Amino acid sequence: MFKLSDKILLLCVGEAGDTVQFAEYIQKNIQLYKMRNGYELSPKAAANFTRKNLADYLRSRTPYHVNLLLAGFDETDGPGLYYMDHLSALAKAPFAAHGYGAYLTLSILDRYYRPDLTRDEAVDLLKKCIEELNKRFILNLPSFSVRLIDKEGIHDLEKLMPVGAK
Amino acid sequence: MSEYDRAITVFSPDGHLFQVEYAQEAVKKGSTAVGIRGKDIVVLGVEKKSVAKLQEERTVRKICALDDHVCMAFAGLTADARIVINRARVECQSHRLTVEDPVTVEYITRHIATLKQRYTQSNGRRPFGISALIVGFDYDGTPRLYQTDPSGTYHYIALHANAIGRSAKTVREFLEKNYTEESIATDNEAIKLAIKALLEVVQSGGKNIELAVIRRNQSLKLLESKEIETLVTEIEKEKEEEAEKKKQKKST
Repeated sequence: MFKLSDKILLLCVGEAGDTVQFAEYIQKNIQLYKMRNGYELSPKAAANFTRKNLADYLRSRTPYHVNLLLAGFDETDGPGLYYMDHLSALAKAPFAAHGYGAYLTLSILDRYYRPDLTRDEAVDLLKKCIEELNKRFILNLPSFSVRLIDKEGIHDLEKLMPVGAK
Repeated sequence: MSEYDRAITVFSPDGHLFQVEYAQEAVKKGSTAVGIRGKDIVVLGVEKKSVAKLQEERTVRKICALDDHVCMAFAGLTADARIVINRARVECQSHRLTVEDPVTVEYITRHIATLKQRYTQSNGRRPFGISALIVGFDYDGTPRLYQTDPSGTYHYIALHANAIGRSAKTVREFLEKNYTEESIATDNEAIKLAIKALLEVVQSGGKNIELAVIRRNQSLKLLESKEIETLVTEIEKEKEEEAEKKKQKKST
């Protein structure tokens, strides 16, 4: 997870090395925008900027094989989540997931997501997803680090460590 | 001798680079800027040129942040400064990307100075007509103040304060007289010293001063005109009190 600005986080998964290279490149360019213009990019602008970069590299000799989730809080538009895959498709979504775990968690999110979730309900929903993974996913995933973004900025929540299935 | 003015890369018979010296003249015409290095704060102050009534004041900024912990003020050609500042900003982020560390003030000063020097040695380009005061905190917490000029030389200001631009000499003399350890003992004192130095050369007081500070581990903060006015009135009160004391001493 990379902090792009005070209120934007970028989660980057995929090819080893590509993830860090691409994410850090985007991170520094977002900071440069802040220095040049005196204010930070909105999450929507940052997401589109990232998408454009990913798309440009896609048709070069050095494509980045990364899947991204960009989350941010905008003063006017409120919280926003953007799903981006390695082919540079961008979609604003109420909930999203990447990887094999997505096959399991998206159905949970589909069932229990409501647009008017409170903060605690949202964290509980996340816990539900992780419990589901714990139950049905073949790999043991012992611990998850969780971050939350609100109008005050980015907050670290405590690690989620699902206990062994009974 | 005038033939040597044209080609920047050519020395004159007596060893001068005239274009560089002319660039330094351009700097002397620019509005004054002063930099002060305190213990936990660095202060930059510039003389604001009076702006036409129909012009939005805040579009003319002479103090710019290069990164979260470094900023600079310049004297000279504003357009040239924009280019230098842009390159410096890119270099700050590039450094963070490759080395995972923020730039030291010395590094970015050296980068700017090298850029300026390159333009004194290539064909068809003229030097940048700006001198810059670069201030900030290194990541070990030390405050630093550096100065560059159009020739590409840079100086570390060990003695905590310097001035560039139109009335630099006057301001520098004031600072040499009034700079003491106690004058920068607190943040507020350092800011007041910068204002006092500028008041010497600026007409009509607080309205024509732009001030910015960086405190350790905080980013650049531009002082609002209200805050500057408050400090100016404080300074004037102090001056009056000093004058009163002197009068009383004389009379007794």
